[in-house]
Amino acid sequence: MSAREQDFGARLAFDRGAPGRRGVDVPRFEGVPHALPDASLLRTSLRLPELSQPELVRYYTALSDRNYGVDSGTYPLGSCTMKYNPKLNEAVAALSGFAEAHPLSSPLDVQGTLETLFELQAALAQITGMAGVGLAPAAGAHGELAGILMIKRALEDRGELERRRRVLVPDSAHGTNPATAAMAGFTVTQIPSAPDGSMDHEVLERELDDTVAALMVTEPNTLGLWERDIDEVAAKVHAAGAYVYGDGANLNAILGQVRFGDLGFDVVHLNLHKSFSTPHGGGGPGAGPVCCSAELLPYLPAPVVVNGGEVYLLERPERSIGQMQQFHGNVGVLLRAYTYIRSLGLEGLREISTNAALNANYLWALVRDAYDLPYGGPVLHEVVFSGARQRREHDVRTYDIAKRLIDYGFHPPTVYFPLIVDEALMIEPTESESRESVEALAAALVAIAEEAARGDEALHDAPVTAPIGRLDETAAARRPILRWAPREA
Amino acid sequence: MTSATGAEGAPHPYVPATEADTRIMLDRLGLTSTAQLFDALPADHRDPSIELPPALAEAEVLRLMRSRAAMNADALTRPSFLGAGAYRRAIPSIVPYLISRSEFMTAYTPYQPEISQGTLQSAFEYQSVVCELTGMDVSNTGLYDVASATAEACLLAVRSTGRRAVALLEPMHPGTIDVVRTYAYGAGVSVDVVRGVDELDAVHACVVVQQPDFLGTIHDVEAVANAAHAVGALCVVAADPFALGLLRSPGDAGADVVTGEGRDLAFGTQFGGPSVGLFAAREAHLRQMPGRIVGQTRELHGPREADGSEGAPRTGYVLTLQAREQFIRRERATSNVSTGQSLVALAFTIAVQAYGPHGMREAATLCYQRAHEAAARIGALPGYDIAERGPWFQEFLVRGPLPAREILAALEVRGIAGGLDVSGRDEEAAQDAFLCCVTDTTPPEHVDALVEALAEIGAGR
Repeated sequence: MSAREQDFGARLAFDRGAPGRRGVDVPRFEGVPHALPDASLLRTSLRLPELSQPELVRYYTALSDRNYGVDSGTYPLGSCTMKYNPKLNEAVAALSGFAEAHPLSSPLDVQGTLETLFELQAALAQITGMAGVGLAPAAGAHGELAGILMIKRALEDRGELERRRRVLVPDSAHGTNPATAAMAGFTVTQIPSAPDGSMDHEVLERELDDTVAALMVTEPNTLGLWERDIDEVAAKVHAAGAYVYGDGANLNAILGQVRFGDLGFDVVHLNLHKSFSTPHGGGGPGAGPVCCSAELLPYLPAPVVVNGGEVYLLERPERSIGQMQQFHGNVGVLLRAYTYIRSLGLEGLREISTNAALNANYLWALVRDAYDLPYGGPVLHEVVFSGARQRREHDVRTYDIAKRLIDYGFHPPTVYFPLIVDEALMIEPTESESRESVEALAAALVAIAEEAARGDEALHDAPVTAPIGRLDETAAARRPILRWAPREA
Repeated sequence: MTSATGAEGAPHPYVPATEADTRIMLDRLGLTSTAQLFDALPADHRDPSIELPPALAEAEVLRLMRSRAAMNADALTRPSFLGAGAYRRAIPSIVPYLISRSEFMTAYTPYQPEISQGTLQSAFEYQSVVCELTGMDVSNTGLYDVASATAEACLLAVRSTGRRAVALLEPMHPGTIDVVRTYAYGAGVSVDVVRGVDELDAVHACVVVQQPDFLGTIHDVEAVANAAHAVGALCVVAADPFALGLLRSPGDAGADVVTGEGRDLAFGTQFGGPSVGLFAAREAHLRQMPGRIVGQTRELHGPREADGSEGAPRTGYVLTLQAREQFIRRERATSNVSTGQSLVALAFTIAVQAYGPHGMREAATLCYQRAHEAAARIGALPGYDIAERGPWFQEFLVRGPLPAREILAALEVRGIAGGLDVSGRDEEAAQDAFLCCVTDTTPPEHVDALVEALAEIGAGR
């Protein structure tokens, strides 16, 4: 713990240090200097902090003290799969042969990277049961965009793009799904959920016609439940001439248990920072590979790695939707995911999904009497409780419950999502939590429900143990302060 | 290396649950086997056959991956003059050290600001650094890379102007053009690749100019911005933030949106990623920005003092202006972006702040000088010349006595990656040329080796 400052957040790096200090030095140029470009092309001033190295290290160390990560404790953020990030992955990605490789190197100079990426493509194809994999997308939503654009191009080649303008999205979906469909130029038709938590099949069948491009479905869904009869749904979507897009954000629950390809999915994206243990980094970098059926292979984003006989090569698929990034994708993240798969093997991956489901269900069993559970159980990877009872009977919102969990030492779960659950508390313990830590989280949730019933004021003051109290988000949005500015004299 | 790992029945090291734990949990659930956890899954498709290589123990994986890494050419000792969008920089040693702190690395998107001030305040530092470098008013917390950020800038321009075409000014990185086309295909926007600002007209939502451009030349951004504004288009600049340590800020020159690539100063080249795409704009475009934005605010209530009274509310940071974003606005969001590249943005911020205002200028100037010295030496070789396209920063076009492809192949034989063959491009200066890059980190002895090799090749040896 670093030294306490009264109002640490008020002093940025820009407000620290002193003119003339620096955090790193630069070699001198030993030759005869060449003339610089015309002054009209050059900068006249640059305002940046001036800190010595020890000051800068202490500042960012103090900032890290004001954060909470998976290594700090239980982080049951639903739909985010906050599992343990193996340190071996970091050691591998840092090997200089990988880390220093230039993206435009001759393929002969990067065979170690290309072979690894080729094998990762093959492993993900096996795990998902899909025909091919593109590793270029940088994150889940980026993979969604790639996947939906592949469907768009396939429809174009079928001559049906003019007519098929609609994408069907269940109301339990992540916001990225409808946003992606819109970015790809489609309109969105929302499919309501049935009382059992699956999408309403009657509505779906009514909507399925020759104006539909695709159904975007998250499997298992954001309620932690299996979308009922998904193979039959897929068959109906195909019969209507449309494609089935799978959001693979929740793959962790079914690793090695079932495969998207066997169920009739045409394209699915994965989140390697969720299911395959790469660090979430405070919000990335992740990686969002897109996996597809044989029919859609020609449309994969560029590049893909191919086995050219003697050497591995980067190649652009014949009717590729194009590149998603300037180069080849988040390769450093891909190396970590490959390391994870090699560390686990198939039996290990099944152990992962089994224990993810076991922990989620154990939590459900320990907590279910304390909160409402609108969509039943048992569940797969996560459980979504509702704080509706606490709100109605005790004027305690899910917001308060989440903040109070911080005082108990936990990162709160995802809250107010999915949108179809009132006062939602979406909890995903992952396989990384021990039985004892699941029990401790359950005990905290139950204790908070009891505090609510008692009318304990602590719930409205929470958190009191965090580095800072509840913040004025309304003021932040009304009068945005979005960058440092020099203090007025 | 086919050993199954660990003792029979022991859990994998990444999984705490023992057989005893499993039994206790199953009992509580009234189940007899873990297979019952998956009863909801379609029985016909359960337990599929999946072919994966067998698991390896930690030490075995490390050995395997070391051998893979060793299959790559050693980029640290091997002379390389490849640039073209990925440049070897001197990353301060504190950068990898600080970002490895697990409180940064193993956190996620800061949805709970009370225990995410490290991520949030760092992101505010990032936004501030990006605004200072680019001369813009507002920045988001970073997008995927420069190309996807530039594509998003084009979509912002389309939303802001209501026009359905964008212009990309050559010479531009082919990867950037490619990604803009990918996004434009989705949005139904047409992409015009233009050779001069005289080709702009009132159909264009924006013109994008790369600074320095793909062939290394420093543009007069003000002239491009004026031409764009004359037809009612926005001026988007895709800039190298490292070069901005020396060059005039695009904002000062009239740009409306600035994108950039932060990877090289933050994480290194990494075979191209992960990156971080800088995205900054004038305040007028704030509500149209894609991605996450962090704002400064204060506590609702100050901390409780020892005597029970309430202290002054403290300063803190939150995600803000979220009504633009996918999780609220869904299909009407400004972008579908959710997870970005936060850790790379953090690394970029620490690197720039370590350099500081003087270091950024000195490093960029060193880069400029080393590149110009190398170019002068190569241009002085018999049979070689450097194509002049105006002022340039770190990349230059080399023409020699043989076709570029043959020179590069001859360099390859000598263990030198001489640069990128651009001889097939349309620009006159690129004809028969290769693009050679020398930066602040290029070892002088590597330049010596290149000059010597080129002399030999020129002499037909």
